[in-house]
Amino acid sequence: MTDAPTESLKRTPLDSLHRELGGRMVPFAGYEMPVQYEGILAEHLHTRSHAGLFDVSHMGQARLWGPDADAAFETLVPGDVVELPRGRIRYTMFTNEKGGILDDLMIARRDDHLFLVVNAACKDADFAHIEAKLAGRLKMEILADRALLALQGPGADVALARLAPASSAMPFMSIADIKIAGIDCQVTRSGYTGEDGFEISVSAGWAKELARALLAQPEVKPIGLGARDSLRLEAGLCLYGSDIDETTTPIEASLLWTISKRRREHGGFPGAAVVQKQIAQGVSRRRVGILPEGKAPARAHTVVTDEKGAPVGEITSGGYGPSVGGPVAMGYVQTAFAAPGTPLQLIVRERAQPARVVKLPFTEHRYFKG
Amino acid sequence: MATIKYTKEHEWVRVEGDIGTVGITDHAQQQLGDLVFIELPAIGKKVAQGDEAAVIESVKAASEVYAPIGGEVVEVNAALGDDPAKVNADAMGGGWFFKIRIANPKELDALLDEASYQDLVGESH
Repeated sequence: MTDAPTESLKRTPLDSLHRELGGRMVPFAGYEMPVQYEGILAEHLHTRSHAGLFDVSHMGQARLWGPDADAAFETLVPGDVVELPRGRIRYTMFTNEKGGILDDLMIARRDDHLFLVVNAACKDADFAHIEAKLAGRLKMEILADRALLALQGPGADVALARLAPASSAMPFMSIADIKIAGIDCQVTRSGYTGEDGFEISVSAGWAKELARALLAQPEVKPIGLGARDSLRLEAGLCLYGSDIDETTTPIEASLLWTISKRRREHGGFPGAAVVQKQIAQGVSRRRVGILPEGKAPARAHTVVTDEKGAPVGEITSGGYGPSVGGPVAMGYVQTAFAAPGTPLQLIVRERAQPARVVKLPFTEHRYFKG
Repeated sequence: MATIKYTKEHEWVRVEGDIGTVGITDHAQQQLGDLVFIELPAIGKKVAQGDEAAVIESVKAASEVYAPIGGEVVEVNAALGDDPAKVNADAMGGGWFFKIRIANPKELDALLDEASYQDLVGESH
């Protein structure tokens, strides 16, 4: 229970606010981040019933400029960027020559540029990758001086609308410049919890004032990384480095839905031949939801076996789902065992625990459909 | 009067006659956060001092509870199976884990008293 040395860790623009609010700070992806304030269970349940404010300023933000930026960016990702409409955002991933995933990301089309959000732990490598591959075709502007806040939950809409009425009409997966409490922000209607919500990019100097304005709304409490992880796991969303990495392809990861018909047919991204072959011929393993039938959580790297005890896969994310009220997990299993309902066993502390494959998510997505 | 002793790993044992009641400290439950699952030892299990005797799972991670003293497990707090949060609410009382028939009381000498334990957790802050 000793804390790792923190001298070399970076701090977000909200650092002093986290400490003032009683956040327990831990090292994460090179930053000191709040893992919890009042407690992970309470924060998780509050986000599902009201609204939670998350500091995700450690994530990487960049603008990509140039008339050819969309076509250029498509050479690095299987997602459709050329046909992404203005004002919309899309989830996709950087792939390598084997079709493995280098990082997952959000890409948005603004009037005259693309806006990119990538994972904190991967951002330096991602930006170097873009620079190395696309320097001649687009101009990248890394936004190191901007904070990123996520407001998530069924109360997020009404809370934000009090400060920024225009936000309420935003469709799911759209992006717009909106003033919140008089502060210039770039807002997307998106998130990582399965709930309705917004992600707000703001200049670092205004981040604390914005956070305070949002926290002053009766629906909103500060939420740490602990609940962020349990919320995304219940929502069936991938954590890079756990559920997806350089050794997993988008098809194995059950992310085929992120690849449009045009991109499936024409390829043109790293590892396209591998991915196209997997689409045509199937894969030997797939990411699925796994529901332990007992009470014991099964953590990442737990061995998954068939009913007779033969290994058929591995848990990649697992823990306790506060809204489910019991353990939840996801992982990779051989394709023959990937159908919902398939009985499995999880080897927890050397004992086999019964489990079964379930359709993801564990908690229904409640994205804005208005 | 019962004696309470502590380990550096944040277990406590309350000794009454040859029976020791074992739990984790309030400091430990605060550090772990909300507990969601507790695996208790089987009644009749014999453990040596320092052996893994129970497993506790918080939302984030699993950790072990070690036997502060050797002996035979004679009773477990079955209520924790349905309500692990009892440990968060009352770690030093209703959140006890198991009772053990102490094999060798001399092993208690290796444990910390209240003042030494408070010094230990005071320093770690």
